Amino acid sequence: MKDAFGTPQSLLVLGGTSEIALATARRLVARRTRTVWLAGRPSPALETAAEQLRDLGADVRTVAFDALDTESHEETLGKVFAEGDLDMVLLAFGILGDQQRDEDEPLAAVRVAQTNYTGALSASLVCANALKRQGHGSLVVLSSVAGERARRANFIYGSSKAGLDAFAQGLGDALHGTGVHVMVVRPGFVRSKMTAGMKEAPLATTPEAVAEAIETGLRRRSETVWVPGALRVVMSALRHVPRSVFRRLPV
Amino acid sequence: MSADATRSLDPPVSVSGWGRTAPTTARLVRPRTYDEARAAVRACGARGGIARGLGRAYGDAAQNAGGAVLDMTGLDRIRSIDAEAGTVVCDAGVSLHRLMEVLLPLGWFVPVTPGTRYVTVGGAIGADIHGKNHHVSGAFSRHVAALDLLTADGTVHTVERGTPLFEATAGGMGLTGVILSATVELLPVQTSLMSVDTERAADLDDLMSRLTATDHHYRYSVAWIDLLARGASMGRAVLTRGDHAPLEQLPTRARRSPLTFRPGQLPAAPAFVPEGLLGKLTVGAFNELWFRKAPRARSGQLQKISTFFHPLDGVPHWNRIYGRSGFAQYQFAVPYGQEDALRAIVHRISERGCPSFLAVLKRFGEGDPGWLSFPVPGWTLALDIPATMPGLGPFLDELDEAVVEAGGRVYLAKDSRLRPELLAGMYPRLDDFRALRAELDPAGVFTSDLARRLAL
Repeated sequence: MKDAFGTPQSLLVLGGTSEIALATARRLVARRTRTVWLAGRPSPALETAAEQLRDLGADVRTVAFDALDTESHEETLGKVFAEGDLDMVLLAFGILGDQQRDEDEPLAAVRVAQTNYTGALSASLVCANALKRQGHGSLVVLSSVAGERARRANFIYGSSKAGLDAFAQGLGDALHGTGVHVMVVRPGFVRSKMTAGMKEAPLATTPEAVAEAIETGLRRRSETVWVPGALRVVMSALRHVPRSVFRRLPV
Repeated sequence: MSADATRSLDPPVSVSGWGRTAPTTARLVRPRTYDEARAAVRACGARGGIARGLGRAYGDAAQNAGGAVLDMTGLDRIRSIDAEAGTVVCDAGVSLHRLMEVLLPLGWFVPVTPGTRYVTVGGAIGADIHGKNHHVSGAFSRHVAALDLLTADGTVHTVERGTPLFEATAGGMGLTGVILSATVELLPVQTSLMSVDTERAADLDDLMSRLTATDHHYRYSVAWIDLLARGASMGRAVLTRGDHAPLEQLPTRARRSPLTFRPGQLPAAPAFVPEGLLGKLTVGAFNELWFRKAPRARSGQLQKISTFFHPLDGVPHWNRIYGRSGFAQYQFAVPYGQEDALRAIVHRISERGCPSFLAVLKRFGEGDPGWLSFPVPGWTLALDIPATMPGLGPFLDELDEAVVEAGGRVYLAKDSRLRPELLAGMYPRLDDFRALRAELDPAGVFTSDLARRLAL
């Protein structure tokens, strides 16, 4: 069960090698979390991540999960929920793609969309239904500031996150009153392996900062969390900048 | 049995404790007869059920995510009163408020009352509540001669005081079964007024020595501490002690109807209160005022029962003043001989500046036989803190460590955040409790969010 401050005792991470997810898991294990499921494609990285969390004292299990294989989600995730309550599901998988290449290779672009949107939609619904049966739990969805307004530099990724973000908001409203809390997290530019070598955007942040914001959001039962918080103001201004101007902004 | 025997109020409703943190949803069932209660237990389903009274437990003891919650307030009959011997047999859903209304005119009072009258008899046993008279009278269950318990197999057992099942049920947080009715032994009183002595203590040491020296002169004794006071006045407090006023203490006019019970009530707290209303500034100002307004020393003041015992009941839904995020109530006890640990904890709370305007210190008497009953002979401090206070979780975790080290414990009826690992160190009979539950309820029909969180 969650405690009075929203800290979960059990956690399912979808996208078990995500740096943001692991930073969050480390933070939560230091508090109340004792059981962690890391779901992802089987890999040495997934096992290493599990081992590191075990070293912190958590009971960690891995489960083979492929975002693209939506047919299998019901069964794979169903098995995890059958083992016991999950107080929190962190949906953290997603790929950035390569904007330049993806524009040239529509199939590669489709893969970004299928992972970030279709796969996430499927997995979220499966988990949301299970959480609803439990009558409690938080579904934390990692969206992105990139979904807030399409940019020339990454609109394929951005549009997939925009879809996911809109979906998660609607899901949150649908689940209002069921005991299930849906929280959309919108980080800005996060310094991680996903963005390694890229030019840093203003207000860049770290996986640890996102993790901290998630913990605070759980305590406050927030519906939307921006990381850093200043992005909320910046983006609400940017949203209203005319296209002709926005296009030319160095963002 | 009628088709609506289990009276399920679909869809599931959100349920939380009095502290309003961590709500979960459950199917609410309101049995109105013993048969309906039995049917409700049978129909609990895979996620089990838990009995709930008036929802005054601060934490998650009476909520059951995804399962059933049995609202027991429909079982509210007073079955019989023995006005000679001073016992009452009543349903578990009867409130202490109702008992007072009925019993005071007959010259009897409930043996133990907590800071609110709005708790049910079932809840009082399940949490084995204590009051300002614990040092004299012990906890509630000590005055329960027997109770009827509906267990997981659907049978009803009459459980007598002194038996293992009774001791598991007293303070057992509803996890041994549903209490249907109880026989409660009452306290004779001549009047419905209290004779109250009030005095101020300048600091914590002054307070503790005053309590130690004179507690046994009073049936009821409690101290309100200003936890925001720092430096030399750290732990300054107002002591209120008293007893039921004898008839001859009443003014002549009042002697004509000495047993009237008319608690007043103020308007309810508004449904919406902005977050952070209770900060250090507001609570600090309140505490200053509260301390100054208390007489330096005054004795024999006549007070109504509601004023002396239940000041907060005068403001319905007072728990809303903490806003949407709610608040955590922290109550711990440390045994006698651990005064230094108590001082250190009070010091830490005071240093930290927890905006608590309800901080109460008292001395417990002899421990109670309930396996998970809270009181131990020693000191107990209760405070409430808005859940929005940053870093509150880790801070209370640190206090827990100090409490366990001192051989103390926290109160499960108020808990909403204890680290499960610490529980066994606090309650030495936890394993007995778990074993009895495993035998009595192997399928885990009775469960609650508290039980899941702490693996009770």
